[in-house]
Amino acid sequence: MAELRLESVSRRFGEVQAVQGLDLTVASGELVVLLGPSGAGKTTTLRLAAGLERPDQGRVHIGGREVTAFAPALRDVTFVFQQYSLYPHLSVYDNLAFPLRSPMRRQSEDSIRRKVTEVAQLLRIDDKLASPATRLSGGQMQRVAIGRALVRDPAVTLMDEPLSSLDAKLRNELRLELKRLQQDTGATMLLVTHDQVEAMTLAQRIGVLDRGRLVQVGSPQQIYEEPASAAVATRLGSPRINLLAREAMPALPVPAATVTIGVRAEHLRVQPCAPGGVLAAHAARARVRRSERLSDLRLVHLALEGTPQELVSTAPPEHDFENGEAVSVEALQWHCFGADGMRLAA
Amino acid sequence: MAEIRVTHLHKAFGDFTAVKDSTFTVADGDFFCLLGPSGCGKTTTLRMIAGLELPTSGQIRLDGEDVSFLRASQRDIAFVFQMFALYPHLNVRRNIGFPLLCQGLPRAEIDRRVAQAAQTLRITGILDQSVSGLSSGDRQRVALGRAIVREPKAFLMDEPLGALDAEFRELMCEELRALHDRLGATTVYVTHDQTEAMAMADTIAVMNQGIVEQLGPPQEVYDHPASVFVADFIGSPSMNFLPFESGLAAGACEVAIGGSVQGVPRLSEAVARRPLLYGVRPEHVRLRDDAALRAEVIGTEYLGTSQIVTLRTLQGASVRAKVPVRTPVRRGDQVGLEFDAAHVTLFDAGSGRALVSERNSGLQESDHG
Repeated sequence: MAELRLESVSRRFGEVQAVQGLDLTVASGELVVLLGPSGAGKTTTLRLAAGLERPDQGRVHIGGREVTAFAPALRDVTFVFQQYSLYPHLSVYDNLAFPLRSPMRRQSEDSIRRKVTEVAQLLRIDDKLASPATRLSGGQMQRVAIGRALVRDPAVTLMDEPLSSLDAKLRNELRLELKRLQQDTGATMLLVTHDQVEAMTLAQRIGVLDRGRLVQVGSPQQIYEEPASAAVATRLGSPRINLLAREAMPALPVPAATVTIGVRAEHLRVQPCAPGGVLAAHAARARVRRSERLSDLRLVHLALEGTPQELVSTAPPEHDFENGEAVSVEALQWHCFGADGMRLAA
Repeated sequence: MAEIRVTHLHKAFGDFTAVKDSTFTVADGDFFCLLGPSGCGKTTTLRMIAGLELPTSGQIRLDGEDVSFLRASQRDIAFVFQMFALYPHLNVRRNIGFPLLCQGLPRAEIDRRVAQAAQTLRITGILDQSVSGLSSGDRQRVALGRAIVREPKAFLMDEPLGALDAEFRELMCEELRALHDRLGATTVYVTHDQTEAMAMADTIAVMNQGIVEQLGPPQEVYDHPASVFVADFIGSPSMNFLPFESGLAAGACEVAIGGSVQGVPRLSEAVARRPLLYGVRPEHVRLRDDAALRAEVIGTEYLGTSQIVTLRTLQGASVRAKVPVRTPVRRGDQVGLEFDAAHVTLFDAGSGRALVSERNSGLQESDHG
């Protein structure tokens, strides 16, 4: 376990500036998740840390030592790819033992057996050690791939979408397992994903990437509750945050520079309200366009009266609305964004 | 537009039975999802409806006509594959018009239909572009265009969004559903992703090991699962199952679990003493200091609007609770669990079948077997 520090690293591929002046420190024993849409530079950042790419500018430090010019093998990092890449001709045991048998770090078969057994128990694949790797289910194979990365206590573990090839149920299970494993072993991890739920649930800190730049770094709660910009606010939260033109809800008190108001669906309260009825302080009139129940919550799609603006609000699942019903929609919390999309202090 | 009626459909590949005696009807204009894990038989079922596989036995009727053994080209249906293959050397207009060209339609008719399909899909602006420069979204729309231009009786889709990233998949879900609402065409949609099925379908058929385990509207399947498999497969995180053993009389509305008494919807049937499961969804679990059923907090996951708390009861059962973010919980805390009894389902642990109560009686039976 060691600290990983990226210092103003940049990488360009032809016309595309994949990563631009990126600064990020992953503390020893910390799990940081890079979140962003495809093409944001997540994987390139990870490959720069691994040494699979060299930066055009900037430096990479691992454990306080500069490794910018080091080949991947000399950096003491492990990499878990999106598609589990196991040796198909080897058993699960031999796949896990493989990194330990490297000529670079000779050790006795006894000590290898101890470590493999320990990691296999942590990952709950100890009953599969003798099976050929190809005989496993997808989830088990990915667990072996993760196990192989952890077995030799690397300075830093890098993971590129490690769960995205698994189905939803398995992803849920492995997510919690990965987090527990990281906490128990105290591994330093940098993980890349485009899945916001994965980012929120796994990370101690999230780094949000947008077009090669790191736009915000913070705890999941900070990023969800105090997004630096409208773009970050849109990236986290499902259903997506409502972005309204300032004029759409004139009842809300906002700073003068406000151009856009962001209100999350769970911070809107929808109530039946006859067209002439009295409105609460931070409310506006709207019509229900559609109301749908999604498992444990209800989404109400609304059109704000007198504007082309549409909104989504959550409501208790048992509370149904008629299409076209006149309602009042009250904002309980909101964010204000300026002309450049950055959040304004309330 | 068409109704698809599948009766006693059966498909074996050598020793392996892919589909076992399936019977269901897709109503005219329905958006029907075949949902299940990989290997459950959903794609085989779809391919038999399409005519890409022939059934071992059973019957498929398309608008009353028996098509079970007709070739795919003789059935008036369009198939959209997971990996949408476009002709890279043709532009968007020619890609969409290609199936009509193959049918030998006159040029004017092809132009008219392509224009109409493009309008429906809102891609009129890119008709003359090359497909190789398109975003994955537009490529997907072109692939759909090629299906709708034929004006088929039904659309069959095999995980059409499977290859897209999560963000884009969500957007395409909305778009596909809106498209369905505009066209009103019968659609059979195969997916392993319950979120997609819940968001789009009018009717879901949950398949497991070749068998349709439950058939119904998404909400009914979610609220009143017919089996442990369905309850576990639908919902994220999954339903919690607390094992206990008991015999129950008809009319019972309480059960004993781990030294506590828990409420259940009034039972409509009696069961002799046997292993049972108390099924409760994470959003119906509350943490209460003074509740009798004790558990330890194993971990928490922050989700913004809520948090998922994973717990272990003293009896060793794992339970997940979805609770407000403001509820203070830490790993290692000892808490009590309380359940919303009205939303509980009891299951027979052996067969996996849901016990009938006043809440779930009158469910649509999936009449297989």
